[in-house]
This record gives sequence, structure tokens and C-alpha cells, in this order.
Amino acid sequence: MYENQKMVDTTPEELIHGIYLMKREDYRLVQISCTRVLEGFELNYTFDKDLAFINYRLILGVEEEIVSISRIFSPAFLYENELKDLFGVKISDITIDYDGGLYRVAKKTPFKDFVPPQPAIPVPKPPVVKVAEATTVDRKVVESKANEEV
Amino acid sequence: MGKRQIIPFGPQHPVLPEPIHLDLVMEDEKVVEAIPSIGFIHRGLEKLVEKKDFTEYVYVAERICGICSFMHGMGYCMAIENIMDISVPRRAEYLRTIWAELSRIHSHLLWLGLTADAFGFESLFMHTWRLREKILDIFERTTGGRVIFSVCKIGGVRKDIDDDTLADITDLLSAMQDELRRFCEVFIEDQSVRHRMVKVGILTLADAKELGAVGPMLRASGVSQDMRQLDYCAYKELGFTPIVETAGDSYARSLVRIREIEQSFDLIKRAAEKIPGGAIEEKYKGAPNGEYFVRIEQPRGEVIYYVRGNGSKFLDRVRVRTPTFANIPSLLKILQGCELADVPILILTIDPCISCTER
Repeated sequence: MYENQKMVDTTPEELIHGIYLMKREDYRLVQISCTRVLEGFELNYTFDKDLAFINYRLILGVEEEIVSISRIFSPAFLYENELKDLFGVKISDITIDYDGGLYRVAKKTPFKDFVPPQPAIPVPKPPVVKVAEATTVDRKVVESKANEEV
Repeated sequence: MGKRQIIPFGPQHPVLPEPIHLDLVMEDEKVVEAIPSIGFIHRGLEKLVEKKDFTEYVYVAERICGICSFMHGMGYCMAIENIMDISVPRRAEYLRTIWAELSRIHSHLLWLGLTADAFGFESLFMHTWRLREKILDIFERTTGGRVIFSVCKIGGVRKDIDDDTLADITDLLSAMQDELRRFCEVFIEDQSVRHRMVKVGILTLADAKELGAVGPMLRASGVSQDMRQLDYCAYKELGFTPIVETAGDSYARSLVRIREIEQSFDLIKRAAEKIPGGAIEEKYKGAPNGEYFVRIEQPRGEVIYYVRGNGSKFLDRVRVRTPTFANIPSLLKILQGCELADVPILILTIDPCISCTER
């Protein structure tokens, strides 16, 4: 592991406090991302200062709404519009809200559906030839050849 | 206040090899505001992870972009290696560094040619792209591919470069370095280039930090930050310091990239000298169970690979935050107040890669 990464679990209510803290400490917003989990959406807010990495994480219900952080970190508007367009995360008060128009994708909120983890693909095994069957076949071939010769 | 009107810029435009659309709100000849829209070629490659085995996904990651394809594959592999605690052999780390720096030279030369072309500086465009061909030839000789290499794999690399080939590459790069220096001198000193770029599209230090700029865009505004400072691959042993300019204008962004080409030549030569012997890959068993954010420096800046596995062959999530996506807010900022005629050059000075953005 070449970089120490600090993970902070938070809640929608406590998020803004943490974001203000990052702003006050002069951190840079690195990215916001979403992962669809069983409980809803897992949001990751990543920050950096002099290569020190901090990530705030929270779980949000599918129908829950969260307040935008774009008034604190202005570039957040782009990430939040991405979350709205691709995942259908409900975010209010975005400074520049495209309202679903940032990504011109054919299917609305294509990443919204929860896909349960798939089981591993079973590795195909080579067909097993039973020894008894093989001998029977061989014996039949030998017998038929012997009959022909007779 | 003059009459306001909206001029659509893109998705098809001579300076845009890939589609992005900007609604330019104009007041006479000045841009008041720029409103972007993307998604014309969104491919949903992140979603594909649900259907591809994690070892196969390396090939998908490499296809996110045709310019920095090697670094996409490498970023993804590094994320898996960190989750599975795979120790990559030193020789493989050096080989990855060499291919990554060759990719940077290739990308910056491509950018320099496109910028020269946008000025109408055709001869410089042809010369830089001719040099770029030599880099592609090195890729072909060492990997078998010119665009997609498929040499990076989880645990190391697929192909080695022998000592004779490394020596040839070093000689070739030295010759190229002299030639490139002559062209870049023309570009840097040319009066028309300076006229179009100096004090145009200034991004201040405060704005660069506030808007989350990355890569040459950030370093041209005086911030000494480059993900290679994280000492991944062989950078720690090669002695790396970021290239920084302070003016924050289009000219400074160009200078950073031109000086980074020089730096990459030196890094490759040092890597070729110091490369240790030994294995080029580490065998592993099992599937990734955990998560990791990998940050590496692509030609356009910091790229993030977030990978999360559940112990099965299929990952829960791969998220890629590309440098061009991070630089869009800065682009919108520098477009504010510029002349309409400067818009194409300003877009080119962020070196946009829409293919990456539309992963």
C-alpha cells in the first residue's frame, strides 16, 4: 500500500460539518463518487491537502435527499450533477443544477438499479470419460474388426 | 451592458477531436459564461465491471482512452494489487515507469501538435507529430501495440525489455531530445504564440486550488503538486520534482507541458540505467476483497481509480475520476471574460480528453 488513506464514516446530518472542516483546513475536493449498495447509495467525498488523503463516507437511502456541498466547494456541482444523472441521487441546492441534463445518456439514471454481487463463474472442467465405458467401446471395435476378418 | 446572446460551441468543432458542447453566453465579443454538457459518447465502462471478471477488466480499463491507455491499465492494476497486497517486482515497477513516461511524452507531443495546428502553425504540428511517431514506434517495438499495449497485468507486466533495446531507446531519445529542443524554442519564442497566450486565460493560484484543478493546469498556477510525489512505481528512486510555473496563463500551461517532456526523457534514461534484474510478475491467488483509491499522475493530471471487491471474481464497483473531468470547472473559469477568438486555444490549454471523461 503506497498511500495511507484516512476513512471517516459520517451521516447525512453530520456531513456538512465535516465539509466545512475540510474547507477551513484548506483541503482540495478531489472527487465525489457513489456506489450502489443494498441499503441505498454509498457516497464518498474525497479530499486532499499536501498529498494527505481523507475520505468522508455516508450511506443514503434511495429516496433520501442530501444537501449539496457546492456552496462550500464550488467544483462539487459537477460531481453532484453526475450523481443525479447516473445514479438518481436526490441532491438539493446545487449551485449549477442541470436537472438531469449534464450527461446526454440514452437511458435515464443508468446506474440506479442495485445489482447483487454475482457468484464466481464456475471454471469449466474437462469432460470425464469413464474407464469402463471406454473399454466397452474399445472391445466392441475389436470384436467388430475380428468378425470382419473372419 | 451589450446585448447577450448564446453561441453554441461544439460538439463538432475543428479544435475538438472529441465531442463536448459549450453554450457560450456572449456579450458582444466577450464570453460572460460557459455552460458545458457532456455525455455524447458516454460508454458506461464503469458499469461493465458487473459482467467482466476482474482480471479481464484490465483490457476494459486500457480502452478508456487511446492516449494514456497504459496508465489506465496501470491505475486499475495498482488498485487491485493494493487490495490483494500483491508485491510487484522492482523490474516490473521500472518497466511500468518507462512506459508511463513514454505515454506522457506521446500525449504532450500530441497536444503540442494540436495547439500548433490551432494557431495555423502547420510546420510545427507536422514536426511534433513526426517525433510522436518515433515514440509510437518504441511502443510497437517493446509491446507490440501502438495504441493499446496490454502489457500491464495484475502483479506486474507481461513483457520485458532487454538491455540492448533499452540502450537503443536511450540513444533514440537523446537524438529526439535535441530535435525537440529546437522546435520548442521556436514555439516558446515565437511572437505570434506569445501574443495569443501570454496573459490569456489566467487561472490564479487561489482559483486553481478552489476549483480543484489538477495536472499541468494546477502546476502552471504555482502549486507544486504531482501524484508522482507519492513515490509509486520507481519514482522514488529516480528523484522526481514537479515542474511548476507561476503565471497561471495559457503560456505557463504550455511551458509546464514542454518542460515535462524534457523531464520525461530524463526519467526514462535514469530508469534505463538503474533498472534491476529479476522477475517481471508476481503470481497471486484468489480475488480482491476490500477497497482502495489509487491516485496516479497521467499526462493531464491526477486520475483516481476507486476499486471495491467482494471476494468474488466480479467487483462491486470501479469508479474512474479522470483529470479532464476535474479540470472542467477551471476551464469554465478561464473562459469567463475571454474573447470569442480565444475560446479554442483556451480549451486546448487544458488538453481535454473527452474519451477519458466519457468513460
